[in-house]
Amino acid sequence: MNIVVCIKQVPDTTEIKINPTTGTLIREGVPSIINPDDKAGLELALRLKDQFNAHVTVITMGPTQAEDVLREAYAMGVDRAILLTDRKFAGADTLATSHALAGALRKLDFDLLITGRQAIDGDTAQVGPQIAEHLDLPQVSYLQHLEFDGKKTFTIKRKIEDGYEMLQVDGPCVVTVLSGAYKPRYMNVRGVVESYSREVEIWGFAQIEVDESKLGLVGSPTRVHKAFSRGVKAAGELYEVDANEAAGIIISKLKEKFII
Amino acid sequence: MEISAYKGVFVFVEQRKGNVQNVSLELIGKARDLAEALNEKVYAILLGANVSDKANQLIAHGADVVLCVDAPELADYLTEPYSQAVCHIVNEYKPSILMLGATTIGRDLGPRLSARLQTGLTADCTKLEISEEKELLMTRPAFGGNLMATIVCKEHRPQMSTVRPGVMRSLVADPSRKGEIINVTVPFNKDKFRVKLLSSVKEKSEMVDISEAKILISCGRGMGNAECLSIVNGLAETLNAQVSASRAVVDAGLVSHDRQVGQTGKTVRPDLYLAVGISGAIQHLAGMEESDYIVAINKDKHAPIFQVADLGIVGDAKLVLKQLTERMKK
Repeated sequence: MNIVVCIKQVPDTTEIKINPTTGTLIREGVPSIINPDDKAGLELALRLKDQFNAHVTVITMGPTQAEDVLREAYAMGVDRAILLTDRKFAGADTLATSHALAGALRKLDFDLLITGRQAIDGDTAQVGPQIAEHLDLPQVSYLQHLEFDGKKTFTIKRKIEDGYEMLQVDGPCVVTVLSGAYKPRYMNVRGVVESYSREVEIWGFAQIEVDESKLGLVGSPTRVHKAFSRGVKAAGELYEVDANEAAGIIISKLKEKFII
Repeated sequence: MEISAYKGVFVFVEQRKGNVQNVSLELIGKARDLAEALNEKVYAILLGANVSDKANQLIAHGADVVLCVDAPELADYLTEPYSQAVCHIVNEYKPSILMLGATTIGRDLGPRLSARLQTGLTADCTKLEISEEKELLMTRPAFGGNLMATIVCKEHRPQMSTVRPGVMRSLVADPSRKGEIINVTVPFNKDKFRVKLLSSVKEKSEMVDISEAKILISCGRGMGNAECLSIVNGLAETLNAQVSASRAVVDAGLVSHDRQVGQTGKTVRPDLYLAVGISGAIQHLAGMEESDYIVAINKDKHAPIFQVADLGIVGDAKLVLKQLTERMKK
């Protein structure tokens, strides 16, 4: 059984702070991590490796420093790592990103392709299903749990708003995993040491055979028209009083606003 | 691509077990604004089995045309049959704009469609408007809500976007509104139906939709214990309010996930949002700052929640709520 996991290096958005006076992002010192949904997907792959002796390949698209997340994946136990990097991929929106990744994935043989549901820096949840479409594969998103019958059939629990669905699909297929689905294992010490001597394959435009017009900024149907900070709302009234007085203030304000 | 050949603001209508979801009505409400700015029509795409009786509801809420595909293949949501049906309609009717709810259905279907149609998709838009060039300006949060970006899709059609439930407002239903209902037949390619639905399970017996509440009392870490929650529940009963919570309280298992407000929970805009013991992480603010009136009670006067609050009380939330409950009961 062959599994490929797509992962992304992201800034830890929970560590991003806003400058309260200017309303701008403070990006300095924000650590880079494996995107949480992807890391749960990686754990799913490694459990299938433990149980079915699956071969696990991990691939990421990004700048050269994205190699760090591949080393981390090696330390967790994957067998092969590919860094997809090329200036031609720069400025890609989700569709152009999915074209580049799909190009690389066409070169790989797999029964199961795992991605995270969404990345915390963009929160779009689009690249997984877009890859599935380009590769003409069935998809199951919002994966909470997966069972494999050891032959070719996957039974998948898909989390939805008010419950879940049980779905069945044969490989090869694409699943997008929720971060809460599988608790990622820790890197083991030997793995960490060895990860630095393992080969990270570098693939670029030359390896993927995708029409250049579909890649990078040129291949992106969406463009950022403008970006701005949320801005700082005019401060409301602030009272530092005892509980009794506070309750009185709240009640009179709510009456004034016709809320109560 | 001949951009000018694409006209009309289309909404993918989400129904579950035959019930049209509120998010779709909210999108039809927004579609009216956009269609009027473009001088085009609002189309509702209604897919399902035995759902054609829902068409009038969509017209009453603002649709000019309902395109209905009533087929047994569409009884339950599955990616492929729904993708085929929507793609067929897009190819036949050439919409300039296509909107979907940012739900587990819309966020599964939307990207599949965008890849099949080779067009752009902007997720989780919080603002949609028409530019002077008659293009759709799609504004969405990025970096966990830290930054806003306005996205355009200039050279591809349809311009696609998803919008989370509770972000837009539906119009008051007008049963006298007139519209057209068109039944569409889709030539399905069933060889591509490779995912089978075994079962669908509802997990909560008592579903609460906090995004529908007029008054929300929302608890944060500072109120995250059983005693404080019982005070909150008491006040909620008195005010006829719903209880919601920040991520910390949900993660601690004190409040169920369907009551979580924020980036990974729900977006709410009640008349009154009473935040108690919530410091106001960016991810939380993103889900509630559009509320009409925000009251925050927190010990720390530097807590970010006070930056969005209309009325802030620096103090012990537990004591203030006790006083508040007592006085309200009188």
